[in-house]
Amino acid sequence: MEWIQQIVNGISLGSIYALIALGYTMVYGIIKLINFAHGDVFMIGSFVGFFAITGWNLGFFPALLLSMTVCAILGVIIERVAYKRLRNSTRIAALITAIGVSLLIEYVVIYFRGAQPEAYPKEILPAKSFELFGAKIDSQSLYILLITIVLMVLLQFIVHRTKIGKAMRAVSHDQDAAQLMGINVDTTISATFAIGSALAGAAGVIFGLYYIKIDPLMGIIPGLKAFIAAVLGGIGIIPGAMVGGFILGIVEVIVSAFGFSSWRDAAAFIILILILIFRPSGIFGKNTREKV
Amino acid sequence: MVISKAEPLLDVQNLGIRFGGLKAVSDFNMTINQGELLGLIGPNGAGKTTIFNLLTGVYAPTEGQIIFTGKKISGLPPFKVTRKGISRTFQNIRLFKELSVLDNVKIAYHPLATHSIFSSILRLPSHFTNEKEMEEKAIGFLKIFGLDHLKDEKAKNLPYGGQRRLEIARALAAEPKLLLLDEPAAGMNPQETKELMELIAFIREKFNLTILLIEHDMKLVMGICERIFVLDHGQLIAQGLPEEIRKHPKVIEAYLGEEVGEDHA
Amino acid sequence: MKKSKSFFLMFGLAVVIYAVIQFLLYNGILNPFYENTLITILINIMLAVSLHLVIGITGQFSIGHAGFLAIGAYIAAIFTMKLQMPFIVALIAAGLAAAIAGLIVGIPSLRLRGDYLAIATLGFAEIIRIVFLNWDFVGGARGMMITRMTDWTIAFICTILTILVIANFTNSRHGRACISIREDEIAADAMGINTTYYKVIAFVLGSFFAGIAGGLYSHNFYIIQPGNFGFLKSFDILIFVVLGGLGSMSGAVISAILLTIISTFLQEYSETRMIIYSLVLIIVMLYRPQGLMGTKEITQLFQKKKSFKGGKQYGHFES
Repeated sequence: MEWIQQIVNGISLGSIYALIALGYTMVYGIIKLINFAHGDVFMIGSFVGFFAITGWNLGFFPALLLSMTVCAILGVIIERVAYKRLRNSTRIAALITAIGVSLLIEYVVIYFRGAQPEAYPKEILPAKSFELFGAKIDSQSLYILLITIVLMVLLQFIVHRTKIGKAMRAVSHDQDAAQLMGINVDTTISATFAIGSALAGAAGVIFGLYYIKIDPLMGIIPGLKAFIAAVLGGIGIIPGAMVGGFILGIVEVIVSAFGFSSWRDAAAFIILILILIFRPSGIFGKNTREKV
Repeated sequence: MVISKAEPLLDVQNLGIRFGGLKAVSDFNMTINQGELLGLIGPNGAGKTTIFNLLTGVYAPTEGQIIFTGKKISGLPPFKVTRKGISRTFQNIRLFKELSVLDNVKIAYHPLATHSIFSSILRLPSHFTNEKEMEEKAIGFLKIFGLDHLKDEKAKNLPYGGQRRLEIARALAAEPKLLLLDEPAAGMNPQETKELMELIAFIREKFNLTILLIEHDMKLVMGICERIFVLDHGQLIAQGLPEEIRKHPKVIEAYLGEEVGEDHA
Repeated sequence: MKKSKSFFLMFGLAVVIYAVIQFLLYNGILNPFYENTLITILINIMLAVSLHLVIGITGQFSIGHAGFLAIGAYIAAIFTMKLQMPFIVALIAAGLAAAIAGLIVGIPSLRLRGDYLAIATLGFAEIIRIVFLNWDFVGGARGMMITRMTDWTIAFICTILTILVIANFTNSRHGRACISIREDEIAADAMGINTTYYKVIAFVLGSFFAGIAGGLYSHNFYIIQPGNFGFLKSFDILIFVVLGGLGSMSGAVISAILLTIISTFLQEYSETRMIIYSLVLIIVMLYRPQGLMGTKEITQLFQKKKSFKGGKQYGHFES
């Protein structure tokens, strides 16, 4: 029954990827930018959560909310300061700026606090284990899954049931047309960054809870993998990012379970390359062709 | 008009393409004989540019086939179609903007040159002779189009009419048997259009070309084309001499709202 | 002929630069620290110029150049350390191995465009790194001990060869074919250019020289580890090309020289270095996205700009 346990681990890891992937996919959907700095927003979220819990003795949920708020603000600042000017420039310029923002966040953090890791305190949430079909399940895993699901439902609600969600979908469909219909494109893009970054912040706190160790460069690999998850599900498609995140998490855990844990990262990149070559529009995507 | 008994230059048979569920072009037939100057007209969205994209290999047809000089070319990628002898211009001008006018034309001559990468890297004599020949040929084409004095200028800096002419020069430098012009006079003033018509007639004589052009300017089409094909909703609704097309009821119906005739072009 | 005149001018310049620096080193005016910096500069020039061919000339946005550097570094090290081959054989093997890797990576990924290609190349580079990380024969994560063999002369010769080959390639019908792909791939295709072929050629040629640079790189240290070839290394190379000006070889060379010197002086303050680096990157992209030189070469700066009048007077009518 070890398999069930592995799947549960995979889902927990996948939850983190999925939450980060949502931000990637929303931002890509609306301004066609791979926001490389997104992984670093996740890192900031993790540190905010850490300081809130250890420094201010906040509980898990207040820390989660604080982290999400700080990240939302950070996301909007990044967008306003760096990306906004790039809307009409080349994709290469935009991507390089994103890489620059990513490096800047990482090294500013290292500059002020050093590169040494921190450890999240254990037992922030009641960590009981119980048996399910003969597998030992950690209650933390269930909390993580639960929080993720709640956040995703909330996101679906925002995107499909609210005015700002409608504006987001309109802008991602056709920015110029949306503007002509009276939608404030700038506000909508900022809102997208705020929501995506808040989710990354939540992922950061969950990551700390689950993996304990956090450090200033922790955002790079999960960031890249979340991006892979977004591509896997079909970039720009919100349910795609969720499914992609879970698939990636489960695949990684299975690869590790077979004793190839040092190849775990390679597995993600191999998935990326296979999907790019055979189905670049992702699982849920539609093929588009360039107009001649 | 005398229809030649010889094998047609281009023979399009039951050509069709669908994008998803949408039939963009269906059951399209067309034969073009050596030396003809033909027009392809139709209202907006009729599928004219799609036909060009099918003929040049940008799209692979889902039905039918295209025979060029007796060989099947449908399904080939664009660069192979060009090498078989069909070259084109684009409706929305696709020049190599940052390159010089001269380099734009030289690039089209690329497939006809023979010196290898090895020869260029080692600067072997074949590199120099071939590059020199490319340059001379390219300047020759630019002279015909009155662009030779601008050869070192970036393509994007040419005036609009110049860009249109450069695109035709570039297409010609590939030494095609069949030249496809997608709205060559779009955006030109009447004087420029008139000069362009003369130029098209001239290059056709000089290079023994066969030309198919898409054009919105009825005056241009009726004035220089020997036969005209009319497309509507992806289907051929009429073909024939300009006089016949002008009076064709289906054509008038398709253009309802748009005036057909040389007085109102 | 104009072209060959500038060739001899450049060749003469290279000889003079070599003679002067060799003299300074020989007389001990430049100490070994400077020789080391010079070698690093030369390796970075090779990396910048080889990536310039892929990104600047052919317009294919590869951000995984460190992967080919890694292959060259390790293959050369295996040849010298494990197989006891001469260094020069090892360098050639490094270049060929990287070129083959470039072919294997290029054929599938060059079907992709823009962002997707970028991410795919990054993925391949990571896979290459992880392979070396898991390969016990080359020491895995602990790395591989290497005898230092790279000296300033061999680095200089390799750099000049790289520049010469890539410049000659660029200024030929083949280079023009690559540039036409950068400018407009659909039009290039319509002009009879086999775009896939030239994209792969540019990629393979770029990988070849990155591989040789890798051989020089690994033999400039006493140990190499997979960690040296992460995507930060890829970004470093990318920054040379982008800041120099996409499409300008001299721009890539100049920015490789300047940035290597700056990083050498900021070596002890690596965080500060990275903060400055990233800020420069962002500011340049926001305010001068064409980079230092744009697509111009340094030789063009000295030519008198011929003015062209008609262009701006005509409007651009859209149909």
